[in-house]
Amino acid sequence: MTQLAFPDLTLALPEIFLAAAAMVLLMLGVFSRESAAARTVSYASILVLLFTIVMVGLVTDGRAVTFGGTFIVDTFAVYMKALVLLSAAAAILMSREYLETNKIFRFEFPVLVVLAALGMLMMISANDLIALYLGIELQSLSLYVIASFQRDSSRSAEAGLKYFVLGALASGLLLYGMSLVYGFSGSTGFDALAKLFHGDAEHGVPLGVTIGIVFIIAGLAFKVSAVPFHMWTPDVYEGAPTPVTALFAVAPKIAAMALFIRIMVGPFGDLSDQWQQVIIFISVASMLLGAFAAINQTNIKRLMAYSSIGNMGYALIGLAAAGHSGDAEISASGVEGMLVYLAIYMFMNIGTFACILLMRRQGRHVEDISALAGLGKSNPALALALGIFMFSMAGIPPLAGFLGKLYVFQAAIRAELFTLAIIGVLASVVAAFYYLRIVKIMYFDAPEEEFDGPVSFEMKSILVVSSIFILFFILLPVPLLDSAAAATASLFN
Amino acid sequence: MNDLLLQYLPILIFLGIAIGLAAVILIASLVIVNQHPDAEKLDAYECGFPAFEDARIKFDVRFYLVAILFIIFDLEVAFLFPWAVSLGTIGLFGFWSMVLFLGILTIGFIYEWKKGALEWE
Repeated sequence: MTQLAFPDLTLALPEIFLAAAAMVLLMLGVFSRESAAARTVSYASILVLLFTIVMVGLVTDGRAVTFGGTFIVDTFAVYMKALVLLSAAAAILMSREYLETNKIFRFEFPVLVVLAALGMLMMISANDLIALYLGIELQSLSLYVIASFQRDSSRSAEAGLKYFVLGALASGLLLYGMSLVYGFSGSTGFDALAKLFHGDAEHGVPLGVTIGIVFIIAGLAFKVSAVPFHMWTPDVYEGAPTPVTALFAVAPKIAAMALFIRIMVGPFGDLSDQWQQVIIFISVASMLLGAFAAINQTNIKRLMAYSSIGNMGYALIGLAAAGHSGDAEISASGVEGMLVYLAIYMFMNIGTFACILLMRRQGRHVEDISALAGLGKSNPALALALGIFMFSMAGIPPLAGFLGKLYVFQAAIRAELFTLAIIGVLASVVAAFYYLRIVKIMYFDAPEEEFDGPVSFEMKSILVVSSIFILFFILLPVPLLDSAAAATASLFN
Repeated sequence: MNDLLLQYLPILIFLGIAIGLAAVILIASLVIVNQHPDAEKLDAYECGFPAFEDARIKFDVRFYLVAILFIIFDLEVAFLFPWAVSLGTIGLFGFWSMVLFLGILTIGFIYEWKKGALEWE
């Protein structure tokens, strides 16, 4: 019998480093003085995440697999990993003030975020159904814990429990779908599945595979909170501590979208007839629900929950376009649009949540949209930043949010999905109402009491960086577009 | 396909007989026997002490903590057995994988110890 050979570990070096760093951080926290532990571990974990971005960038070499083909590193993975790590670092950076005022600033928080980020990297690099599942579970288990991090608040505990129960259900759906695909094809590896299904579009695949794909889509749709698997989102977003919500709105969604893209255009790429309709449906449903359900919200975190449901709908337009059978160039433009959209979405959301985290009165955080009244007079700089993010989310021209939408709609038009593009544009008109209402409340309503100052350096830098990105993206879009194009190209050869 | 399913036929027959027999016994004991229920007969322990209180009482949450910590190391041993048996075939890679796993568990153990999760009071 042959012995198992050592796999090539250098490809997984960023993940190995992150895993080792998480353990070192845990030990650092538990062995340092209690008063200083949380702060030390927080800043150390930000450094670790940023350093991992550098490592991720260095390791790439076209397209390579290791661990018996279950782990893949390509330009697409590098792009997605950079986004995930950046948003995780930003979430930790934003969290300190909130956690301190709510007396839950413990060193476990950044460690859990680092572990969740590790799970997301594994998801992005998964090239096998089992590897995919392990990544999702590592990510989800860490996120369940931080959702209920404010454990003496019943709302936070409820958020964690809800997320856990529904997340377990989604994992069940995902596993069931995976077992069907495995049962009817005999393989779990993405490369093997892609080879198996190649050219199967004409003479059809077993019904079990189709059902399996639909179940896998259902499980992933839950993770990106696309309608009809969105019910957990508003409650979890509202109940979880705000920095956690900021993380939830960005990092896990980007990772799950990466997985969505990889699995749909990879192993199931030739079966797009089977899944394109499903993606179109969840995309339309998410856009419409995100647009209409957010109108009546009074809590800004709930509003952001519906907004992120809608945004996932727009991103899924790109995936629907990628399901265009026949022309690989059109499929690639769908994925490319999606990648650009997700990067812009990340900056908009991190900026908006930084603003939400600054909504403090008398040392307590407020979440009512009406609390923003008169912000234009009491704190013009903050109002300007939030205004930029809201205009960008609404898709008003020269801002980045407009370009993001433009690219996915363009891809949909090229793939001849005209109805989808029209519904998308109409939904974004409806959604503009509630984004602009926030701007109206800030600038035209009678001012309320001022928010607490002063704004810390961390918050200022996050706000400045993200608003500059949103404002001036149109002047210098080439670097992002080029890297998105390179990432897409690595997926399509 | 049919041959394969035919192999399972005895199980189906067995299942039918089991359900049928169980149903017959249950229904017969309901129909034929004279029923005279009283409080003593319905007691949890008919031939012992009367029950003091409801069996569903609150437990100290620390029991759960100990149980969870126990499960982790219980599973560790469950993993160690197949690893030890197949050590000859899995080679160095298999050996170091398990050592790494034990190392990670040790980190967790140090954490819970320092956090005071192992102290009862």
